[in-house]
Amino acid sequence: MAKAECTPKWNTLALRNRKTCPTPEKSFQTTFTPVSKDKNSQTAGHLAGGDTQSSNGPSGQFLARESIESPSKVLLMLVAGLSFSTRLYMITEPPHVCWDETHFGKMGSYYINRTFFFDVHPPLGKMLIGLAGYMSGYDGTFPFIKPGDKYENQNYWGMRGFCATLGSFLPIFAYLIVLELSNSCTAAIIAATLLIFDTGCITISQYILLDPILMFFIMAAVLSMVKFNQQRYRSFSASWWLWLVLTGINLAGALGVKFVGLFVIILVGLNTIWDLWRLLGDMSLSLVDIAKHFLARAFALILLPVILYVTIFAVHFVVLNKSGPGDGFFSSAFQSRLIGNNLHNASMPEYLAFGSTVTIKNLRIAGGYLHSHWHLYPEGVGARQQQVTAYLHKDYNNLWVVHRQQDNNSQSGNPDLVRHGDIVRLEHKETTRNLHSHLHEAPLTKKHFQVTGYGINGTGDANDLWQVEVCGGRKGDPVKVLRSKVRFLHRATGCVLYSSGKTLPKWGWEQIEVTCSPYLKETPSSQWNIEDHINPKLPNISLSVLKPNFLEILLESHIVMFRGNSGLKPKDNEMNSKPWHWPINYQGLRFSGVNATEYRVYLLGNPVVWWINLASLGLYLTMVAVASIATQRGFSLGQQRIEHSLVLVRGGGLLMLGWLLHYAPFFTMGRILYFHHYFPAMLFSSMLTGLTLDILFRSADLLLHPPYSYWFQRAGQLLLLFSILYSFYLFHPLSYGMTGPLAHEPGSAMADLKWMDSWEF
Amino acid sequence: ICVSEMLQLPLVVTAQVDLLLVLVSLLAFWTRLSHLNYPNAVVFDEVYYGQFVSLYMKRVFFIDDSGPPLGHMILASGAYLGGFDGNFVWNRIGAEYPSTVNVWSLRLLPALCGALCVPLVYLLTLELKFSHLSALGAAVLLLLENSLIVQSRFMLLESVLIFFVLLAFFSYLRFHNAPSSWLILSGVSCGAAVGVKYMGLFSYLLLLVVASLHTWKLIGDKTISHMNVCVQSVHRVLCLVVVPVLLYVFWFYVHLSFLNRSGPHDQLMSSAFQASLQGGLSRITRGQPLEVAYGSQVTLRSSVSQPIPCWLHSHKVNYPIRYDNGRGSSHQQQVTCYPFKDVNNWWIIKDPGRQQLVVDTPPRPVRHGDVIQLVHGMTSRFLNSHDVAAPMSPHTQEVSGYIDFNVSMPAQNLWRVDISNREAESEVWKTILSEVRLIHVNTSAVLKLSGVSLPDWGFRQLEVVADKLFKAHSSSLEWTVEEHRYGTSQEQKEREAELHSPTHIDVDRKISFWAKFVELQWKMLTVKQEESEHKYSSSPLEWITMETNIAYWLHSSTNAQIHLIGNPVSWGVANLSLLAYQLLAVVYLLRRRRGLKDVPDGVWDQFVCLGCVCVGGWLVNFVPFLLMDKTLFLYHYLPALCYLYLLSPALLEHAHTHLLSSVTHQRALCVGALAVLLSIFLTYRTFCPLTYGSPELSAHQLQGLKWRDTWDILYRRR
Repeated sequence: MAKAECTPKWNTLALRNRKTCPTPEKSFQTTFTPVSKDKNSQTAGHLAGGDTQSSNGPSGQFLARESIESPSKVLLMLVAGLSFSTRLYMITEPPHVCWDETHFGKMGSYYINRTFFFDVHPPLGKMLIGLAGYMSGYDGTFPFIKPGDKYENQNYWGMRGFCATLGSFLPIFAYLIVLELSNSCTAAIIAATLLIFDTGCITISQYILLDPILMFFIMAAVLSMVKFNQQRYRSFSASWWLWLVLTGINLAGALGVKFVGLFVIILVGLNTIWDLWRLLGDMSLSLVDIAKHFLARAFALILLPVILYVTIFAVHFVVLNKSGPGDGFFSSAFQSRLIGNNLHNASMPEYLAFGSTVTIKNLRIAGGYLHSHWHLYPEGVGARQQQVTAYLHKDYNNLWVVHRQQDNNSQSGNPDLVRHGDIVRLEHKETTRNLHSHLHEAPLTKKHFQVTGYGINGTGDANDLWQVEVCGGRKGDPVKVLRSKVRFLHRATGCVLYSSGKTLPKWGWEQIEVTCSPYLKETPSSQWNIEDHINPKLPNISLSVLKPNFLEILLESHIVMFRGNSGLKPKDNEMNSKPWHWPINYQGLRFSGVNATEYRVYLLGNPVVWWINLASLGLYLTMVAVASIATQRGFSLGQQRIEHSLVLVRGGGLLMLGWLLHYAPFFTMGRILYFHHYFPAMLFSSMLTGLTLDILFRSADLLLHPPYSYWFQRAGQLLLLFSILYSFYLFHPLSYGMTGPLAHEPGSAMADLKWMDSWEF
Repeated sequence: ICVSEMLQLPLVVTAQVDLLLVLVSLLAFWTRLSHLNYPNAVVFDEVYYGQFVSLYMKRVFFIDDSGPPLGHMILASGAYLGGFDGNFVWNRIGAEYPSTVNVWSLRLLPALCGALCVPLVYLLTLELKFSHLSALGAAVLLLLENSLIVQSRFMLLESVLIFFVLLAFFSYLRFHNAPSSWLILSGVSCGAAVGVKYMGLFSYLLLLVVASLHTWKLIGDKTISHMNVCVQSVHRVLCLVVVPVLLYVFWFYVHLSFLNRSGPHDQLMSSAFQASLQGGLSRITRGQPLEVAYGSQVTLRSSVSQPIPCWLHSHKVNYPIRYDNGRGSSHQQQVTCYPFKDVNNWWIIKDPGRQQLVVDTPPRPVRHGDVIQLVHGMTSRFLNSHDVAAPMSPHTQEVSGYIDFNVSMPAQNLWRVDISNREAESEVWKTILSEVRLIHVNTSAVLKLSGVSLPDWGFRQLEVVADKLFKAHSSSLEWTVEEHRYGTSQEQKEREAELHSPTHIDVDRKISFWAKFVELQWKMLTVKQEESEHKYSSSPLEWITMETNIAYWLHSSTNAQIHLIGNPVSWGVANLSLLAYQLLAVVYLLRRRRGLKDVPDGVWDQFVCLGCVCVGGWLVNFVPFLLMDKTLFLYHYLPALCYLYLLSPALLEHAHTHLLSSVTHQRALCVGALAVLLSIFLTYRTFCPLTYGSPELSAHQLQGLKWRDTWDILYRRR
C-alpha cells in the first residue's frame, strides 16, 4: 500500500510521459492482440519501456551518464587494481602440475612441438596457452605426465600468468556490463566485488586451464552486446559497427575455446532476434532499412564468427603437422597428412592379397580399427567367445591375416590377389582366432548379430567365412589398399560386418561394439578400408593417398570431437558431480594435494558470495513478479519505481537468461560433469545479484521514510561489503594454498570453516 | 397452489442430441471394443503390466519405476471386476490365457478410455471454437488411426493417459469459454494423467502455461476489481495446482495402504519400510530388541541397494596371496557383502575393553562415538582393516577378518560408531532405524561397499573396502542393523547353534505414510534398470516418419499377427499440417508486426489458441524424448500425434474460410479433403488385419503390407 501513497505525486508526470510517446507505441498497442501480448508479456513491457525511454530522448540518458561518469572511472581503476592483484598474487605457487594442467599444459607443449593430438575441445584455448608459453620462453619439453609433477626449472609462469590476466578481466567486464545495464555504480561495484573476492573465481583463473580463457570471451561478448544495444539510436555509426564486430569476434573466440561457448551464442542470438523484432515493429523504418540491419547482423554475428572459427582450425591443422598421439582417431586419409605417420608418403603393396597382414579401419568417422583380444564376452552376452571390437588406438591387436577358405600354409610364389566376391577367412594375428558371427544377438544393438573370435590356429567352422565386396566394384576387381571401400558379408547368415559406434561397458574395455548387421544398406558403418598392409612377397609401391580437402578435415575433426565428448561418460564408482550441487557450493574440486603434508589448493566458491547469489536469484524472481504484476494491473508507479522495474525486467532479464542458458543445459547432458562447469553461469548470477541487491536497497523507501531509508541503504551496502571481505579473509587459503592437517582433523587452521560436511579441504 | 400448477405442466424432456457425436462415439466403441478377447494370449507389454496386476490382486508390495501407481490401479480394477485372482504367470509374450482369466475385463478399461478419446476430440475441437465439420474431421482421424486402436485394445496405459490429457484440456477450455465448475474436473484429470504415466507431466505443464497466460490477461483487465482478480487467481491455483498435487499423493496413499504384504521388491527398500510390510522382514525382525548393546548379535545391511542389497559377510576363505595382476594381499580372511541371508552374515559387537561376547544385564547400549570391535559369529575373526590395497579398488584399504601370521602386521580392529541420522533418531544405536558409519580408528577410513564384484576366488560376492576419503553423504557408507538379538552363549559351539536358530521375539514397528511416500517416490525416480536396446526400440526422429513398428503378437501357429503400425496417410496429414501451421504462423506474425492484418483479431486469437494447444502439445510431448537417455518405443509418440490430429482439420477450416477467397478454390479444397479422408479409410482397411490380428494373411500379402523397408513384419516358415 506504500505504493499507493506515493502515486499522486508522480501521476501527472507519468501521464505527461505517456502523452509525449511517439506514434510507434500507440500503433503497437493497438496492433498487438491480447493473446500474443500474453505470450510476450515480458516483451510487451520491454517495448513500452523502450519507447518511453526514447521519448526521453538520448539527452536524458546522457545527463544520467555524465553524472556517473567521474566516480565510475575511479571505481573502475580500483576494480582493475584489486582484480589483477588478487589473481596474480602467488601465481607461481604451487610449483607443480595442478589438476587439468596436466592436459592443457601438455597440449600447449604439443603446439610448441607441432605434434598432432586429439582433444574434445576446439583448439583456440590451447593455442593461446601454447603461444603464451612460447612467448614467455617455455620450450615445450616438460612432459606434464600427472598432477603433482614438479616444474623444476621450466618457465611455466608465462602460461599461468596469461590465464590469470584473462581471468582478471572478468570483474572488470562484470563491472562495465552491470553499469551499462543498470546505470548504477553501486550495482556495478557489488557485482565486481562479488567476483573479485570469490575464491572459486580466483582459483580457476590461476592455473593453466581453458576456463579463464573461455570466460574471458563469454564476458567480452556479453559486454560488446550490451554496449551495442546502447548504440541503437546511432545505427550504422562507427561505434555501432565496432561493438557489433567485437561481439562477433568474441563469439568466435568463445566457441573456439570450448563448445560451451555455444550458450553465449544462443544468448546473443536471442538478443539479436529480439532486436530485429523491435526494428520490424518500428514503422518509421522502411523494409530496405530493416534488410540492411538484418544483413549487417548476419555478417557480423554469423559470417564473421564462422570465418574466424574456421581460421582457428586452419591454423591448428597447419601448425600441427607431425604425427602424434591423436592419429588413430582419424581416417586413413587424414593421417597421411602428418609427418612421421606410417601413412605419410606410405609405401606398401597396392592390392590386397591372400596371406597379407592388415589392419582394417571402419569408414565411419572415428570408427576405429577392427580389434580383438584374449578376453571373452561375459556370461549372458551372447556366446561366451572372444570379444571383437573396434578400437581407436593403434595396437598390435588390430592386426588380421587374410586367408583362403581352407589353406593355412603359406604358398610359394606370388600370392593371389583378393578380388571382389572372394571368400576369405580373417584370422586375428595375436590370438589366432577367426572372425566369426552367428545368430546370437549383439551385446548392445539387439537387432544385429554378435561377432566373435572363434576357433584356434585357423581351424574354425563355416561361420568364419566372409565374402569380400568392393563397393561399386564388379566381380573380379582387386581390392586397393587404402582406397577401396570394402564390405564383409557373412556367408552363413548374410549379414554385413558393422561398427555400431556404441561404447561397450567395462567388460569390453569401453571399446566400440562390432556387430553383424542384417540390414544391407550401404553406410559408412558397414564399410571398411585396408589401412596397413604387410606382405613381404609383394613389392611395396609408394602410394600418395588422396589428400582430403580442408572442409573434409574440418568436418571429420568435429565429428571426432563430438564423439569424444559424448564418450566421456561417468564411471560407475566415481563420485559424480550433479548440476544441482553447483549453485549451493556443495562440493569443490581438489586442484592439488590430498594429505596433510602437501600443499593443498581446493576449488570452492566463497560460500558467502555463492549463497548470496543463490538467495538473490529467488529475490530477483520475487521482485520481478511484484513489479510486473503491478505494471500489468495498471498501478501507477513513481518515475523512479518505473525505472527500477525496467532495469529489473530488461537488464535483469538478460542476465537471468544468461544464467539459465549456461546452467540449465547441463541437466540434460549425459557426459561426466564437474563443478567448474558452473563458473560461466556463476558470472551471470553474480552480475544479477549486483543489480538486484542495488535495487532492493534503493527500494527501502517503500517501507521506511527518507532519512532512515537512506541509512538503511548505506548500512545494507556496508554490511554486504564487510561480509564479503571477511569471508574472503576466512577462505583465502583455499585459493592461495594451505598446508597442515585437513579441516576435519583436530588442530587444523580451517577447522571451523568446514561449514558443509561435503567440503574436502 | 404451487403443487397443482406443477401438476398441470406436461412432463417434458427437451434434449438436443448431436447425432454426429453419437455416431462417431458408436463407431469408436465398435472399433475399440469388438472382439476384445481376441487374441486370447499375452500381447506385448501386457506381460509387463500383468505382473503388477497380479501383485495387486494378491496385495503384494511392488515398485515400478516406469510410472506412478494410478495406471496399475486402473488395470487392476478391471481385473478385479472380471474376478481375476492373480494366479497367472506372466512370463512370455504369446502365452495363452487359461479359461479362468477373463481377458475381456482385463482389457476393458483401456479400450473404453481409448474409445472415449474420439468424442472428446470432437468436443475439444468445438471448444477451440472450430466448426462441427472440423470436429468430425478430427474425430475421424482419431477413429481410423490403427496405432491408437492397437494401443487401446490391450492392457496398456497409453490410451488411458491420452484420455485424461484430452479430458483435462477439454474441461479447461470449457471453463475458459464459460466459467463454471469444469475447472475442478480439469484439475482432477491432470492429477489422473500424471498419476498414470510421468509423461502426463508434459501436457500438465502445457496446460499450466496456457492457464497462466489466461490468468495474466485477467490480471491486466482493469474492468475487474482487485478482489475479484484475487479470488479468481486463487481459484485457479487451487484447482490446477493444489488438487493435482493432492491427488497425486492420494494415488500413492491408496497404493501403499492397499499393498501391505511383502514381496519380491522388498529388498530395494529400507529396513524400516520392509518392517512395515506383512510377512518378509517384519516376520523376521518382529520383537527384536531395539537398542544394540555390547554382546549383541547383528546382521549389517548396506544402505545402498545398488547393485543389489547385501549384508556384511565373511567366510573361512582367505584373500589370495597374489591377485591376477600380480599385486599382493594380506592373505587374511575375506570380508565381503553377500546378497543373500546366510548364517555367515552374523557379527557380534564386542567391547574392546572386555573379553566376553554376551550381553550384560541390564544391557549396555552402544552410543554414537563409542569404539567397538566386530567379531564374526561363525569364525570368531575380528573385522580388521589396514594399509593394504583392496582387491578390486586399489585406491582404498582392504578389509579382512584378522589372522595373525606373525608378519609384523598388527591387528587394527577398532571401529568407531558414527550414527549419521542421530538428529532424527537418537544417540543410541537402534535396530533398523539407525544408519551407522563404521570408522576405522587407526586410519579414520570408513567401511564401505565399493559396488564391485570380486572374481571367482571371492565367489563373485561384492567387495567391501575402507575408504580413506571422508566423502560425507555418500550413502554407500552407511549400514543398518537388520536382524538382531542379545547373545547369551559363552562358548563358541553354543554360539554357532544360537546363530543358526531363527530369531524369534516380537514387536511391531510403524513408519508414517509420508516417510513411506517419500522413500517410495525417491526409489522410483532413482532406481536405474539396465537400459539396453530392445529389438523394437526406436529413436524419436524415426517416429515422425514412422520408420519403425512394433510386433505385438504373433499367432503360435499361423501368420496372424498384430503390429503397432499407424495409418501412414493420417500420419502424413499430421506432419503436413504441423509444417503448414508453423509456416503460416511465421508469415502472419511478420506481417502483423508490419501492421498488415490478414485476419481479424478474433480469428487471430482462435488461430493462436489452436497453436498453443496443438503445436505446443506436440512440442512438449515430443522434444523431451530427444534429450532422454531411455529405451524408447513408437507408442511414446501417440500422445503427441493426437495433438496433431486435433490440429489438421482445424487448420484446414482456417484455410478454407480465411485464406481461400474464390469459391472454386474452396470447392477444390473440400474435394481434396474428402479424397484424403477416403484414402485414410482405405489404408485403415488395408492395415486392419495387422491391427486386429485377423484374418490371417499369406506371406505374400504380408509382403505387400511392408510399405517401408525398415518395418519388421514376421513370416512363419512352414
